[in-house]
Amino acid sequence: MAVTSLPAAEGKRLSPRLRKLEDERWLALALLTPTAVLLGLFIAYPFFEGVMLSLSSTRVGQPGEFVGLKNFHKIWNDSIFRTTVWNTFWYTGVTTVFKLALGLWLAILLNRHFRGKAIIRAFILLPFIIPTVLSTFAWKWMFDPTFSVINWTLFQLGFITTRINWLGDADLAMTSIIIINIWRGVPFFAITLLAGLQTISPELHEAAAIDGARPWQRFWHVTWPLLMPVTLVVVLFSVIQTFADFQLVYVMTGGGPANATHLFATYAYQLGIGTGLLAEGAAISLAMFPFLFIIVVVQLLYIRRVETR
Amino acid sequence: MAKTKRRNVLKLAGTAAVASMGGMAGILATGRMPAFAQQRTVHWLKWVDFVPATDALLKREMMPEAEKALGIKINLETVNGNDLQPRITAGIQSGAGPDLIMSFNSYTHLYANSVVDVSAIAEEVGKREGGIFPYAKAICSNGKVYMGMPWAVIGGMIAYRKSWFDEAGITKFPDTWDSYREAAKKLKAKGRPFGQTLGHTFGDAPGFTYPYMWSWGGKEIDASGKVVINSKETVESVKFMQGLWKDGMDEGGLAWDDTNNNRAFLSQTISATLNGASIYIETLRKPDQYKTEKGTPMNKDILHAPLPKGPAGQFGFHLLQSNMLMKYSKNQDAAKEFLKWIHAEANYRKFFESQKGFATPCTVKWESDKLWDVDPVMAPFKVAARLGQAIGNAGPPDAKAQEVLSKYIVTDMYAKAVQGMPAEEAVKWAEAELKKVYV
Repeated sequence: MAVTSLPAAEGKRLSPRLRKLEDERWLALALLTPTAVLLGLFIAYPFFEGVMLSLSSTRVGQPGEFVGLKNFHKIWNDSIFRTTVWNTFWYTGVTTVFKLALGLWLAILLNRHFRGKAIIRAFILLPFIIPTVLSTFAWKWMFDPTFSVINWTLFQLGFITTRINWLGDADLAMTSIIIINIWRGVPFFAITLLAGLQTISPELHEAAAIDGARPWQRFWHVTWPLLMPVTLVVVLFSVIQTFADFQLVYVMTGGGPANATHLFATYAYQLGIGTGLLAEGAAISLAMFPFLFIIVVVQLLYIRRVETR
Repeated sequence: MAKTKRRNVLKLAGTAAVASMGGMAGILATGRMPAFAQQRTVHWLKWVDFVPATDALLKREMMPEAEKALGIKINLETVNGNDLQPRITAGIQSGAGPDLIMSFNSYTHLYANSVVDVSAIAEEVGKREGGIFPYAKAICSNGKVYMGMPWAVIGGMIAYRKSWFDEAGITKFPDTWDSYREAAKKLKAKGRPFGQTLGHTFGDAPGFTYPYMWSWGGKEIDASGKVVINSKETVESVKFMQGLWKDGMDEGGLAWDDTNNNRAFLSQTISATLNGASIYIETLRKPDQYKTEKGTPMNKDILHAPLPKGPAGQFGFHLLQSNMLMKYSKNQDAAKEFLKWIHAEANYRKFFESQKGFATPCTVKWESDKLWDVDPVMAPFKVAARLGQAIGNAGPPDAKAQEVLSKYIVTDMYAKAVQGMPAEEAVKWAEAELKKVYV
């Protein structure tokens, strides 16, 4: 390290404190401390506070007392919470499958050589770059019960005769937010998978082609296995983000109609911040944790297996 | 080149710190804030008014006047009504935020621990203006203190298109639910349905569902606080709503917020909707933009009527607004001075007149104001503050009632049924949810 080696180069004796840093354990500690402090301050501490909050009876403006697992017991028997759990899994599952399929498809297309490649690649990222709230507002207008441009187009083309109630129908509302999430998430998959594709040596494909592999076989036996580690990491990131999604649903439906689109985060927000039941809101947020933890552990174990293979 | 040593840097920083400490100590010793921070400020957070002229008046004219009169800097901030509650929560939990925050309905009871009593101002204004209506009193006061200074009632009436009703052979706005459903059916058949939100939104959704339920005889609780929503009256009301929805309502309403029905009405896709007077006022403001299909000004074709009556009577639940002075505020005296100033008759009148009847004041005196004679279309709103029924019926409009409202339980009960859940089941669901609140 520059700081420690500079005085040594000048031939002076190191001060005792600096000499300590020559011991790798101390150096490691010194280098890790800033990160540890940051993580502790902004992740561990709020997490701990959240846990404590969920075990109390705190309401807005009323510091509560310790009530054990009462809040968790309460939400377990809460029909809206059950809907929320189901919604979140459905939302995450469907969007992830579509984002992966479409993202991979797009990545393979983008991996070819064509004119204007750089510009197209930049444009592909647009949905990901625009702030979610902003793009969601645009979608809100497109799905507006009265002024939907989608309905107008379908009507003019003669596909429908009455309006489609995009956000007013429970299933359609869920479908709508799923569509928006896919639209927003595909670029992330595409660009990351594209980066993965570019690390695959073309010689492998050539070799496979010479051995008589058809395009589909080349994809399935060469590209896909080599892309697997990247794919798993992208899916992992995406699942975590989608599972804890908030902005999109909050802007589009506020969790309605009749709680049909509530996710963990939006329901926790409605109870904790909207209604002031901070402890219950915290309990709902924390209920996400075991689910996510299991997903993450399973995926990380799988990634390790793939990597060591 | 001189080496910069860490020790030197530390020394330097220490010197600087000591110097600044000295400065601080100096300030503390004098016991006065430095001159630049001496001006008192009041931060007032209110909703974005549905009558834009009022916000313009407040910002451009009245706040500068208040600043001049009181020597207080007023910082007026407006947010979407649905975002007030999150801001209140954030303010209370962090102990910092706006000094005055607008409350909707019984937020006052929900946040009673975190606000300052404004009885003195409320009672003074009440005494001067012929008394505060019981509706406002029940919502703003718990009998001992005033948690919020009553500001105004946003009356909810049905705005409807006179000519379209005439064309359908309906000469008088229906005053029972049966005739209301008949009328809606006729108009929907002509592609002009009624519009009503059953979404998660603060104003028009509960403004319809609560009085609707009460008018059938359904109640959230009885006087002793027992949950009684699961009654045959409520089930009856839910069944009727299912039919009403199919027969006469715009089906998009399940996803509407408080602005959607305004837009739908103004773009002539619906013939009637429960609303504040904002639709009508907007057509008055822009007569050239809003025209009927015949090219005549739409504002000549709009009338207002109260919600129809049911077997148990006729009810209205109107949005009551008050201003809460937050306990965490460091400018409580200044905020009180400002409240007194804005409720002085001459100042409040400017606000009142800019609303053209959209807001009904909470004191008796204003009910006989000449403003109500100016425009007969606005006259039905005059009695909103007198006749409103508060949530938590037949109990008090307290924190629990507000919790039920904030969770949209009553509204969702109807929304679920309209989406296909059997009426009995929807009511049972609401009962279970209510029992979790009223434990």
